Amino acid sequence: MNQNVFIELINPFKDKVFRLAKRLLTSTEEAEDATQEVMVKLWNKKENLDSYGSVEALAMTMTKNYCLDQLKSKRAGNLKIVHSNYTDREPQLDKKLEDSDSLEWVEKIISQLPEQLQILIQLRDVEQYEFDEIAKIVNMNETAIRVALSRARKKIRESMLNTHRYGIQ
Amino acid sequence: MEFNKIEDILEKYFQGETTIAEEKELKDYFSSPNVAQHLEQYKPMFGYFSQVKEQKSTHPIPLKTKKRNVAWLSIAASVVVLLGVGTYFYVSEKNAAPVVAQSELGTYDDPEEALAATQKALALLSSNVNVGIESVQYIKEYEQSKNKIFKQ
Repeated sequence: MNQNVFIELINPFKDKVFRLAKRLLTSTEEAEDATQEVMVKLWNKKENLDSYGSVEALAMTMTKNYCLDQLKSKRAGNLKIVHSNYTDREPQLDKKLEDSDSLEWVEKIISQLPEQLQILIQLRDVEQYEFDEIAKIVNMNETAIRVALSRARKKIRESMLNTHRYGIQ
Repeated sequence: MEFNKIEDILEKYFQGETTIAEEKELKDYFSSPNVAQHLEQYKPMFGYFSQVKEQKSTHPIPLKTKKRNVAWLSIAASVVVLLGVGTYFYVSEKNAAPVVAQSELGTYDDPEEALAATQKALALLSSNVNVGIESVQYIKEYEQSKNKIFKQ
């Protein structure tokens, strides 16, 4: 497999890898490092990629594992990523201030969920994977995924409602 | 009508039972300008999901570097090995030539000639040894002076 073929292969899911990494690691820089790491690992495996069912699912699994490892080693080293330290390099979408404010709230609420739920929300609600694909990536059965997802969504709703009411009362 | 349908899907959504198509419907509904008042609270949630999906990694992925390095490393290593082997042979060949020549220089066929050469070599040697002896003469001077002062 040469480089161009490989680039073609990873292009459809490169950004998904990045977004999953960003969901878990919070900072754009770290997410980019993680993306690179995963892609280089894939590249080194290029000879036997055919033996995996779906390269995309493999990449997402690798990303998930890599990020969880990163988080674990960070916590072990007593270093916690402070969310407000990182700003997005990308230009702010021209949303109204109020709008982006409440979107940031959603981001914050999601980031307070357990990692497993964050991963599921990311895969389903953002990337719109089918349940059987998610099952392959996170190595869970579909029923368990539905239950966990339902829990995550309800938690988000709950926190959102609290925030929503907070402004009014 | 529309509300009811959306509310139904929303309920299913929170039970984790919606399909991708239904979820897409929700996203479309909540990104439209006419969201029902009592559903307004869900707007940021679905808005967020759509917004996040726009994020893209801007870093190029450096696939070349790692592989290339290995290639260059092996090329460099083989050049070094070749150079090493080359110089070894070059140097040893250079050394080998004088050795043969010297062994030829050291032999004489004519005994008289050989005697002359030997005498010449020995004379050179003895004259050089005498240089050393001359400086020993000084020590004798010191010895005499010492004997004058410290009479035994």
